[in-house]
Amino acid sequence: MDADLKMSVKQLNFFYDKFKALENISLDFYAGHVTALIGPSGCGKSTFLRCLNRMNDLIPKSRVEGKILLDNEDIYDCAVNVATLRSRIGMVFQKPNPFPKTIFENVAYGLRVNGIKDKTLIADRVTESLNQAALWDEVKDRIYDSALELSGGQQQRLCIARALAIKPEVILMDEPASALDPIATQKIEELIHQLKKMFTIIIVTHNMQQAARVSDITAFFYMGKLIETDKTDTLFTRPKLKQTEDYITGRFG
Amino acid sequence: MTKTDVKKPITEQLALPHIKYRKFKQTIFFALFRFAALINGTALAIILFFLLKNGYKAINWTFLTQPPIDSMTKGGILPCIVGTLYLSLGAIAISLPIGIASAIYLNEYAGSGRVLRIIRLGINNLAGVPSVVFGLFGLAFFVIYLKMGVSILAGALTLGLLSLPVIIGATEEALKTVPETYREASLGLGATKLQTIFRVVLPCAMPGILTGAILGISRAAGETAPIMFTAAVFFTPDLPSSIFDEIMALPYHIYVLSTAGTEIEATRPLQYGTSLVLIVLVFGMNLAAILLRARLRKRMHI
Amino acid sequence: MARFLQKELEKMKKMILSLGTIVEERVHMAIKAIETKNADIAARIIQSDHEIDEMEVEVEEECLKILALHQPVAVDLRFLIAVIKINNDLERIGDQAVNIAERVDILAKSKVHDVFFDYSQMAQKAETMLKNSLDAFVNLDIDLAFEILAMDDEVDNIKHEAYDLIKEEMKKQPDCIGYLINLLLISRHLERLADHATNIAEEVIYLIEGDIVRHGKALTD
Repeated sequence: MDADLKMSVKQLNFFYDKFKALENISLDFYAGHVTALIGPSGCGKSTFLRCLNRMNDLIPKSRVEGKILLDNEDIYDCAVNVATLRSRIGMVFQKPNPFPKTIFENVAYGLRVNGIKDKTLIADRVTESLNQAALWDEVKDRIYDSALELSGGQQQRLCIARALAIKPEVILMDEPASALDPIATQKIEELIHQLKKMFTIIIVTHNMQQAARVSDITAFFYMGKLIETDKTDTLFTRPKLKQTEDYITGRFG
Repeated sequence: MTKTDVKKPITEQLALPHIKYRKFKQTIFFALFRFAALINGTALAIILFFLLKNGYKAINWTFLTQPPIDSMTKGGILPCIVGTLYLSLGAIAISLPIGIASAIYLNEYAGSGRVLRIIRLGINNLAGVPSVVFGLFGLAFFVIYLKMGVSILAGALTLGLLSLPVIIGATEEALKTVPETYREASLGLGATKLQTIFRVVLPCAMPGILTGAILGISRAAGETAPIMFTAAVFFTPDLPSSIFDEIMALPYHIYVLSTAGTEIEATRPLQYGTSLVLIVLVFGMNLAAILLRARLRKRMHI
Repeated sequence: MARFLQKELEKMKKMILSLGTIVEERVHMAIKAIETKNADIAARIIQSDHEIDEMEVEVEEECLKILALHQPVAVDLRFLIAVIKINNDLERIGDQAVNIAERVDILAKSKVHDVFFDYSQMAQKAETMLKNSLDAFVNLDIDLAFEILAMDDEVDNIKHEAYDLIKEEMKKQPDCIGYLINLLLISRHLERLADHATNIAEEVIYLIEGDIVRHGKALTD
């Protein structure tokens, strides 16, 4: 792989109380690449994603072992400020979840909570982010209207814009198109393709065709283990392991 | 119905009496439910009608703007209206911050554990304490022990305490309706938990919190027992000048006129008039709550 | 849904195999025609070629349908791609049988009847290659597929022999040159036929291993 290593997961174990949800996972993420995490429901791919920005800290009785390095620094180090970490690693969720505020305030939110007060700077960043998220042309006349008046697809792009506004280095996407219709999905996928030049993108998806379309590298999870990871084109034409092949060809179970 | 023909639709195989019976049962039960709902509405209508019929003659400008005269057999009830308003506002001012803060702690911060369960048990029991006990507690603690005397402050504190469980409950419910994804989105953008609560969770929950709070207070405003030992007096013609003054209040005034007055029969119209004012006041608060919620919701773009 | 796709793929396999059977039969007839210089057999081959063409179109349409509706991946995708390519090769082999038949028709009508070159060995090898390639496909037999790759060289060598021999003959008998050209073309058609059989073998290797073995890449190891 001739790209810069951005994040590196080393021997990660994750426990919900006594249940071991992730077992000995080691995986690298490269700048400028989209990595897709696939696998059946409950395989741990979403749990894994949420370890990457310490979203799992919120779950009581959960425990993490192993290391996750962001630019060679362990994000689980006790010196790390979680809020700062999360402003470096943005997240887009399964269901579009804009705040019940105006479109402008939604995008500005991340800037405000991170202490930016300069009004022109905020306005510029909002415009820029909406542009990056390919939403500006659709909303430029109504950025002071409620974000909840947008369509599902637009709301999801707004959520992407909201994440982009604070210029994260890595963007985590948890099934970002699963609640959208095919056209909205296509727009999100095109957007991912555009954004990967600037960000390291990690996406969890149920939709294998989507993984195949948008990602450069695919990792297959099963029962809390990382089974196989490879370049997406290789994994989808000639996977090395039978388990992977059975899953992607639908021969499972 | 032991043997059914798999090829025929199941509805064709049901015995006709069975179908008729089911329909009959449904009609009966719906009628019962409707009747139960009707009793509610009728009760309110009867109360209102009764009060209006007997009380409307007493209502006039003097009644609303003058203090009582001639051993409370004539004159108005201005000190009572003002007193009740002061007590209600005071109770809100005390219980709203404490209630919201407690609910935030319980819903957003506290995990699950023994201490939390004890606190919850405490709150639930507080809700079940009879109001006269609150009154006695207010008398013993605020009036005597803290030396506040019979005063607006002591009454407001007692009423505030009385409405705390309602406010905590309403706030917790309102906080629970805020989608978890909002919190996640906010935290995911690098906001701290406190920022998330103040910028996202509370604004979203505010309509629900305020509605619950006002409903709790309007309930407390009509209480007699907690204020009769702590704030209200039999008669004082002057309006209060500080929070340490004693006052008259509508519920207590009704109680006094109808049980301990000099001429109970003669003051009947005054009693009904006062009750009408109290009910209008309480309804007014409820209406204000509804309007406020609607406005907040609109502003929140929900 | 997956089981449904499996059924469709099974159907595909049956279709391509019945096409394979017909093509094998045509090749067999063509070889018989060479041996016996029988114009009747040749005519039968030429007349019935449209059957193969129609089947080829049918297989291709079915493949496109599966690709569009099921979007297969991994082994399913490789299988389908292999089928599409084998389908094409089989049709081309059918065309070679027709070409041979046309040559035989001309040879049969010619005044010259000397046998200057014996094609039986070459024809037999080409036929074996075709048969083995289809067997390798059915049984996913990678060893057999590699054997076919080796046999292709032998066929090429025989073609060169035929070329040298017939060239000599042309010098000796310039008046028979038309006949000799047709005779030489048969070697070319047989060689093309063997090439297509080799392609099929390569598709089988791709299907099994996922590596594209073409242009002699696999022969180096």
